[in-house]
Amino acid sequence: MKPYLSVLRIRSLVLLQYRMAAFAGMCTQILFGWVRVMILEGFYTSSTALQPMSYAQAVTYIWLGQAMLRMLPWDGDLEIQAMIRKGDLAYELCRPLGLYEHWFARAIALRTAPTLIRALPVFAFAFFLLPGPYRMQPPPGWLEMGAWVLTSVGALLLSAAITNIINISMLWTISGEGVLRLLPALVLIFSGMIVPLPLLPEWSQAVLRFLPFSGLVDTPSRFYLGHLPVSQLPGYLGTQLAWTGLLVALGRWLLHRGMKRVVVQGG
Amino acid sequence: MMDAVRLYCRYVGVSVRAQMQYPASFVMMTIGMFAVTAVEFAWVWALFSRFGTLQGWALPEVALLYGMVHIAFAVAEAAARGFDIFHRQVRGGDFDRILVRPRSTVLQVIGMEFQLMRVGRLAQALLVLVWAVAALGVRLTLGRALLLVASILGGGFLFAGLFVLQATLSFWSVESLEMVNMATYGGVEAGQFPLSIYRPSFRNFFLFVIPLATVNYLPALAIAGKTDPLGFPVWLQWASPLIGILFFLMSLLVWQVGVRHYTSTGS
Repeated sequence: MKPYLSVLRIRSLVLLQYRMAAFAGMCTQILFGWVRVMILEGFYTSSTALQPMSYAQAVTYIWLGQAMLRMLPWDGDLEIQAMIRKGDLAYELCRPLGLYEHWFARAIALRTAPTLIRALPVFAFAFFLLPGPYRMQPPPGWLEMGAWVLTSVGALLLSAAITNIINISMLWTISGEGVLRLLPALVLIFSGMIVPLPLLPEWSQAVLRFLPFSGLVDTPSRFYLGHLPVSQLPGYLGTQLAWTGLLVALGRWLLHRGMKRVVVQGG
Repeated sequence: MMDAVRLYCRYVGVSVRAQMQYPASFVMMTIGMFAVTAVEFAWVWALFSRFGTLQGWALPEVALLYGMVHIAFAVAEAAARGFDIFHRQVRGGDFDRILVRPRSTVLQVIGMEFQLMRVGRLAQALLVLVWAVAALGVRLTLGRALLLVASILGGGFLFAGLFVLQATLSFWSVESLEMVNMATYGGVEAGQFPLSIYRPSFRNFFLFVIPLATVNYLPALAIAGKTDPLGFPVWLQWASPLIGILFFLMSLLVWQVGVRHYTSTGS
């Protein structure tokens, strides 16, 4: 366990260096969040019917999603990609580490460090600097806060498992082009980043609930809001962890198969 | 002039043939892109089925805006992709080669790559637009049809102008230019919905700084036969697509300044 924790720490420190990129990303997220909130405001003020989620809740949901955006698994590890292309993969195989576990530790770092430096300013902006109706609200109580933290950890593990599958798929499609380019869009659409999932039609709820993507944004956000009662925590956390287990197993199997046919290029 | 057009067609031909080297991958990507954008639009539909209207705008009217902005963006992305990836040329010092050739820099940069992959997005947006026009229930007079085509063209020029400005910035800073990206993608995002639902500061930004509303919102009012809640004069709705072309021409002037400023990285 210890070497993997050091990988995690070192990668996090490296990733924390990219401050300009973080600043630009933060501005983008604030802009997109604000546009989405204004669109929702337009819809909510057009109808008096009771909705499955109040306007204030939907606003907070949007901001939570924007703040945690970098935690979504929408790209692979660029260094691993370069390693596979250049043949440096051979070095990776010499290390006395499990390859899957090593890459998984890197994936966790990739999903945490950039999120940490962006989330705090986005939260600060959404809590304090915006005009009243666009502002983010704190969770209703400490229990909800705790459930949010727990399901966020679940989302992180799930996200790292998906990220690692993207990494491993590079063994087949070196350029990172191909069908996997669609994955970010799928993640955005089905995780709740674009529209809060509870606003979608009733019949789709059951499907969305059991897809892996809702565990990334929708589940933590709804526990934060108290939209899902804390008593349902085991079920939702269980879904996140079950998907994580399944995707880890899939990743290991793919890696095993990929390694059998790997050709190291270069000298 | 004719000569330049012929050369541009050659450039496009080369680029298209290069991309068709892997026809299966191209077809998969296009279908995937189509499916993903279709789901994206389904989310807009879902919001309408829940809320009914968006401040007096019905789904076909918003679909008109959606189709217009996405077609314009897809066309600009495909055609002006060379400017979108221009910063790589500056970083690598490859722009020197372009400067010594006896052709205009604009022609060479724009001909660098024609991205065929955008066909998926284009097809989806076109379908949405056709449906919108059919469902609007207004008679599509010749004038309105011409205005529709003109504003999509104007929008294409506007986005191409943004790509040119982004490329021009890379003469000064070779870093990634997320700020302009923010305006481009933020513009597409915001342009899918009527301008009137946004706050005044946002509206003014998309009217006077990046005049996206003049190729999208204002002409759409005339095409859908709606009265403008913001109270702009009607003649402006018909004349405004020209502003997109003006924006493009102005961006070319800025580009010329940038080219004069260029110092090679020497690498």
